[in-house]
Amino acid sequence: MPSSRSSRKEGAPRRGVPSIPALVGRLIALAFIDAVALVLAYALIEGDLLLGAVVLAIITLAINAFFLIERLYPLRWIAPGLLLTVLMVVYPVLFTVYIAFTNYGQDHILSKAQVVERLEGRFFVDEGQSLTWRAYRSADGRFLLWLEDSQGNRSIGSPRAGIEPVTEGDPRFGPIDPVDGLPANIDDYQKLSRIEVVRYLTAIEGIVITDDVAQVRIASLDRAELGREKYTYDARRDVMVDNETGVDYRSEAGFFVAADGSRLTPGFTDFIGPANLTRAFTDPNVRGPFIGVFIWTFAFAFLSVVTTFGLGLGLALVLNDKRLPAKGIFRTLAIIPYTIPGFISILIWVGLLNPLYGPVNVALRDIGGISPSWFSDPTLAKVAILFVNTWLGYPYMLLVALGALQSIPSDLYEAARIDGANALQQFRRITFPLLLVAVAPLLIGSFAFNFNNFTIIELMTQGGPATPGTGTPAGQTDILISYTYRLAFASGRGQDYAFAAAVSLIIFAIVAAITIFNFRLSRRLEELT
Amino acid sequence: MTRGSPAPPPPGRRTRTMGTRNRTRLALGIKLIVATAAAAFALVPVLFVVSAALNPSNSLIGLGIIPTRMTLDNFESLFTDPLNPFPRWILNSVVVSGLTAVIVVTLTSMAAYSFSRFRYRGRRVGLLALVIIQLFPNMLAIVALFLLLQAIGNVVPLLGLDSLGGLILVYSGGALGFNTFLMKGYFDTLPRDLDESARVDGASNTQVFLLVLLPLVRPILAVVGILSFIATYSDFLLARILLSSTENYTLAVGLTLFLREYTTEWGVFGAAALVGAVPIVLTFLILQRQLIGGLATGGVKG
Repeated sequence: MPSSRSSRKEGAPRRGVPSIPALVGRLIALAFIDAVALVLAYALIEGDLLLGAVVLAIITLAINAFFLIERLYPLRWIAPGLLLTVLMVVYPVLFTVYIAFTNYGQDHILSKAQVVERLEGRFFVDEGQSLTWRAYRSADGRFLLWLEDSQGNRSIGSPRAGIEPVTEGDPRFGPIDPVDGLPANIDDYQKLSRIEVVRYLTAIEGIVITDDVAQVRIASLDRAELGREKYTYDARRDVMVDNETGVDYRSEAGFFVAADGSRLTPGFTDFIGPANLTRAFTDPNVRGPFIGVFIWTFAFAFLSVVTTFGLGLGLALVLNDKRLPAKGIFRTLAIIPYTIPGFISILIWVGLLNPLYGPVNVALRDIGGISPSWFSDPTLAKVAILFVNTWLGYPYMLLVALGALQSIPSDLYEAARIDGANALQQFRRITFPLLLVAVAPLLIGSFAFNFNNFTIIELMTQGGPATPGTGTPAGQTDILISYTYRLAFASGRGQDYAFAAAVSLIIFAIVAAITIFNFRLSRRLEELT
Repeated sequence: MTRGSPAPPPPGRRTRTMGTRNRTRLALGIKLIVATAAAAFALVPVLFVVSAALNPSNSLIGLGIIPTRMTLDNFESLFTDPLNPFPRWILNSVVVSGLTAVIVVTLTSMAAYSFSRFRYRGRRVGLLALVIIQLFPNMLAIVALFLLLQAIGNVVPLLGLDSLGGLILVYSGGALGFNTFLMKGYFDTLPRDLDESARVDGASNTQVFLLVLLPLVRPILAVVGILSFIATYSDFLLARILLSSTENYTLAVGLTLFLREYTTEWGVFGAAALVGAVPIVLTFLILQRQLIGGLATGGVKG
């Protein structure tokens, strides 16, 4: 934690009254920031990310204060970076926490209000109520239906205006036809004879008249079906009522559920508490693979540090020898792997290790008659990943170790020689301990990096080979971050955003702990003065 | 300054007695062998990819480490294949990485100026927040970033999912915490007398920043800029998640398309790998010293 040394109170440097152009420029900048924030806030509200909109509103208000209150002048310099950091780091992290405690995912994408709206838009056919219909057609091809139910109640259905009961003497009605008692026209809609109906049958058959609680569809040449609203939401009891069967569906963990356990789909996003986090350790379908992923993540990160540092240090000891010829060339060649973007080197290694035609296996076949299948055997896949990661990572350790070696004072070695210590003893008692102290923060940094080294896992094995017969898409070489990715985006089993977010939370906790430990070790916090 | 060219081997020093001389000779010989082996280990994939790029057959069969037959056909199809628009990917990568670098350098130098040059209430809280932010790399919040960009994209498609703009925002946002810290440390090394004397001459805060300090911190601006460029160029995770259409891919995502399960084009892939890697490799080798100084402060390249 920061040492609370007394900070000098200097205040902002003297400033005169701002000039007019400066003031105008400042207000334009502020207007721009506000406009951007407004558009983004609108996007977030539209996308149902209310938390985001709130965070954005707070930060925008703060920035306005920075620009309008003279005392807050120094904060103006921070404002744009602050806005971007809050939007792209702080908010996503908070949002991850939020999602982790919901059931957001495949079957629970919509909000509750959206699901209620959808369910209330469904209708069932009321078998007891059949209607007769007559059609009216306007010159431009629109239709009205004259409907009459078995009790003789008459109404007019319009695809646009819905269903309304007929009122006697409606001014829109033309002269009443004495044969059927229907008006010959309604406004400019002319009544169609049975023969004319056949001409327009295709269009008429497609007519669906919907209003809030009922729906009319054409069933045959003279019959129409009456649909009634299937579900009605009772907000007071938080219950979805099935109007056809009378069953109540209670709102429960993201679904409307009946007493017999049957559910209405789709489900909606709902808080489910820490269930996602506990699921990782208690659900028998998930626990095994998850713990496998968990252990391999640590093993992979740890072993990567060990192999890269081991190789890097070994080479550093060799290259640190001043008498070695062409040191510069060797050094440059040795750090080549570090300079190639990782995703390129990894794909090259995928080719080199191809089990059938890759040069590595061709050579192994020629020499030892073996041809390991690097990507289909779980153990070999892990070996291959560690091997390639060693190639990728040792040059960094070499550079680090070279730097640290040169900072060890040479009189220590002089003294050791005088005391009769041999080279091995010098290494064990002087070089290695001093080096370790110097590079420890970097080793921990490398551990944290590999802990989330998605690139190598995804490009080499996509987490495979697959673990057969589990309820979760965890492959044998998946680490936590690639497992998160598979849960949310790439498993072919749908998107389980909530569980993915819960796994992200676990990663966050581990990485934060490692980083805090590292900051203490490297005393970075002491720079906070 | 750089170690691009080898230093001539220093003449052997004769400070030992004759007895130890043979032993040190032997040790030196072993070291030479180890160093040669290490260089070979480092170079195998490089030779292999060169060999693949120059090989006319476009497949792995019979492809060795040493190029046997040579052709430039693979490079040609790299720039003409409509299914795998490689030039687009390179352009996207350069645009995304370049703009990210510019945004990061601009915003972090401004923030560093404030943290280093002014004393105000909330400054320590701000610095502490910078440290805390580094505890939570935003690339771990992939689900939230995906949903966030989805929402933004419904209103501003240029900053949404499957857009380079959105990707740039995510990258630059994530890089600010660490780099502001790095930058602030460098600003702190410049004496405050510089600002004071400029102020006496009537310079405003903005002028002090632009005309006095920025020219002096150019080395760290370059380091932060190049490191963010390379880190962005090398990122695979966010690009994979946020980009979905082939013509919007960055190189990291596009390159995988050459190696699809049933249609692997090793020759073209090799050519693409070379074109994609050589500029970065050269930048690194030329600026080794400066970049490694920046990296040793805690950044690890991917």
